[in-house]
Amino acid sequence: MAYTLNVNGKALSADVEGDTPLLWVLRDTLGMVGTKYGCGVAACGACTVHVDGQAMRSCQIPVESIGKAKISTIEGMSKNAVGKKVQAAWMELDVAQCGYCQAGQIMSATALLAKTPKPTDAQIDEAMNGNICRCATYVRIRAAIKRASGQKEA
Amino acid sequence: MTYHDLKANRRQVLVSVSAGGLTLGFSLAGKAQAQDDAVRPLNAYVSVAPNGIVTITAKNPEVGQGIKTMLPMLIAEELDVAWEDVRIVQADNDPKAFGRQFAGGSMATPLHWDELRRVGAVARAMLIQAAATAWNCGPADCVTAPGEVIHKPSGKKRSYGSLALACASVTPPDPKSLTLKDPKTYRIIGKPMAQYDVEKIVTGQPLFGIDQVRPGMLYASIVKAPVFGAKVASADVEAAKAVKGVKKVIVIDGDPNGLFPTGNIGQGLLPSVAVVADSWWAAKKGRDRLNVKWADHPTQAQSTKSFAEQAAALNAGAPQRNARNDGDVAAALKASAKTVEAAYSYPFLSHANLEPQNCTAEFKDGKLEIWAPTQNPEPGRQLTARTLGIKPEDITVHMVRGGGGFGRRLANDYMVEAAWVAREAGAPVKLLWTREDDMAHDHYRPGGYHYLKGGVDAQGNLIALQDHFVTFSQNGAIAASAGMPATEFPARFVPNVKYDVSMIPMAIPTGPLRAPGSNALSFVFQSFIDEMAHAAGADPLAFQIKLLGDQAVVGQPPAAFGAGRMRGVLKAAGEMSGWDKRGKLPKGEGMGVACYYSHQGYFAEVAHVAVADDGSVKVKKVWVAADVGHTIINPHGALNQVQGSVLDGVSEALHQQITIDGGAVQQSNFTDYPLMRIAESFPVEVKFLKTEFPPTGLGEPALPPALPAVTNAIFAATGKRIRSLPITPDMLKA
Repeated sequence: MAYTLNVNGKALSADVEGDTPLLWVLRDTLGMVGTKYGCGVAACGACTVHVDGQAMRSCQIPVESIGKAKISTIEGMSKNAVGKKVQAAWMELDVAQCGYCQAGQIMSATALLAKTPKPTDAQIDEAMNGNICRCATYVRIRAAIKRASGQKEA
Repeated sequence: MTYHDLKANRRQVLVSVSAGGLTLGFSLAGKAQAQDDAVRPLNAYVSVAPNGIVTITAKNPEVGQGIKTMLPMLIAEELDVAWEDVRIVQADNDPKAFGRQFAGGSMATPLHWDELRRVGAVARAMLIQAAATAWNCGPADCVTAPGEVIHKPSGKKRSYGSLALACASVTPPDPKSLTLKDPKTYRIIGKPMAQYDVEKIVTGQPLFGIDQVRPGMLYASIVKAPVFGAKVASADVEAAKAVKGVKKVIVIDGDPNGLFPTGNIGQGLLPSVAVVADSWWAAKKGRDRLNVKWADHPTQAQSTKSFAEQAAALNAGAPQRNARNDGDVAAALKASAKTVEAAYSYPFLSHANLEPQNCTAEFKDGKLEIWAPTQNPEPGRQLTARTLGIKPEDITVHMVRGGGGFGRRLANDYMVEAAWVAREAGAPVKLLWTREDDMAHDHYRPGGYHYLKGGVDAQGNLIALQDHFVTFSQNGAIAASAGMPATEFPARFVPNVKYDVSMIPMAIPTGPLRAPGSNALSFVFQSFIDEMAHAAGADPLAFQIKLLGDQAVVGQPPAAFGAGRMRGVLKAAGEMSGWDKRGKLPKGEGMGVACYYSHQGYFAEVAHVAVADDGSVKVKKVWVAADVGHTIINPHGALNQVQGSVLDGVSEALHQQITIDGGAVQQSNFTDYPLMRIAESFPVEVKFLKTEFPPTGLGEPALPPALPAVTNAIFAATGKRIRSLPITPDMLKA
């Protein structure tokens, strides 16, 4: 059936089965491939999006459950004041290796900084621990979050 | 393409002029092509547009090692162009133009350091010649500044863009004849450059294999037997077809060449069932309803438990063969002041690329086009051609960014599957494995067992070392990545050494995982050397330096070992880490040291760990001293590779193991195959020693010493010796 979703401030229509996870609606139906598939069981964080500002794993959200909730994806982060800062820090520090997890990392980091503008290391650990980086760029991920929040990096 | 090829073919350096400007490249093609009167941009590396923008082709696949940025830096430096004016395009698989294109063995730096700088230098010389002709002067009167040629006597200038067309009539010089830049004048090499695609990465633009889309494309999910190579007995095809969106179900017999017991298991098309649908979710739902029954298969008797029993039994008997026998180990052990005997083991590992294996394929007008996140495109093209019975020249492989490589994507099983399914489906298809597929069908790092004996004399010298290595065979030969060189350190540094080998027959696909061989052997030998240091009552770091002797180099290429370089990094790691003050650490904390030579790089690492009463290990910091030669081409990428390698190695040591039962892998996802997460990560301080040697690669060599540095630190903290991986709290409970 047809669902109308609010994605990055736009009303978008998707004609899919109701049990289809938001991840696959974004990627295959709406053509927004920045959100990544890594595990399908909410264990890696590659598919992280914001649902009403909360960082959530889109592989676990059936499209029929979304209703009027506001979805933000990596493609919308350039228009998000915090997201833009996070992206800039990620570029300045050249955080990525393969880059596959980084959209999810940026979504989690942006949600963290929106609520906690100056996170401690422990708060970074807690907010970011659901996001695996297989290349293990964690040293730079932490530094980029510090930089985006205007804190000393080490 | 090697430098020597370039030299041999210098008369075939081709220049092409089009409305877009100059393109030049080096041809490895034969005379027939060189005499072709239609000059064209064969094998192009460099093109210069009228507006001065320089486009450089990146020849190798990018899987996160930063090569798409680094190799063009070499060309741009010698071409003398501002990095902001460089655009990089990814090459397709084209061995005639580019030679071997692969991501493996940390080989790109040593293979291209000289060659690609000369590619840039030839282009610069041609631009100078074009300007000199225009100014009616000799090229010696001209110099370059980024993007322009300057006439020294008059100060006149011409932009590269304005000279590009005139290059058509310039004969390219012999690359070997050119003098390369004085490194002191470098503007690009040695400067930290962000990855070329960094903006696309952080804004979520399409980039990876999984992001590829073709018009009219369908999606596929494929199921293979949990037991490697088992055939399909039955499948409920109709149930899968009943799922909305499912277009086709394809039962695949598999290629006999890829099957146990005669073939190279896992390298080709395996028995499987593919479901093709108008979305991946529909394909996956269809696949979940197939209820495939698999036929019995001889490999279902395999298990981790049985492997361990077979290893112990083999060790109890005479070794199957001897790989090295220096001096008289038995006599030396008898004469030793102290001896140590220890059994080490390590598990099978999965690569666990975060982007699951996938590939997009399209047949059109008798040609096959493939978009693959492969590390090794040409063997994939050949495998696909053989399996499908089509000509290699009818297949084009586009190399798309891979979400992690680590050696997994040197195999091309996903490529041949996608091609097969696309042909059967009669439409472009994107095939995507689930995470569970990926973990169940890897080319695993093989496990192994080492039974060691060592002896030190009264002066604390390591005088005897014996290893019975029980490893795995496939079809009678040593399994992929399951070998050990006869020169494995500390052979050649100990007077009495005996290396024996026995093999357990095994039919599980294995293959290279980042720093293959070394990632396991470093743990075994560097831990055991640490054991011998403690047996001798010596400082482990001083023991390692003493073991390395006083020669600069031991052995001959290709097995030469730069003992002087290793002593250098060991000393540096000791200084960086405050090794001499480690006695002041609180109870439950310790420092360990390890060193390892692999992929032409010398690395010494010190780890500082804290072990809690419950046996949990916290790595607090690792210091790395590295010697990969005189130049770090891109410091940004280099540091990232080293830090990531160390964390990757520690992640393997602390968490990872693949176990087999009933012939099938027991782990299925990151829930039971955990990878390191940020809370467990730690600072990694890195120092690159600049030595006189040419630069070598960094994708791998920082990893091997990280594991034993941590296990040796655990011993220093607790007195407990880790002899099998992964480390579990049970091993270390107070």
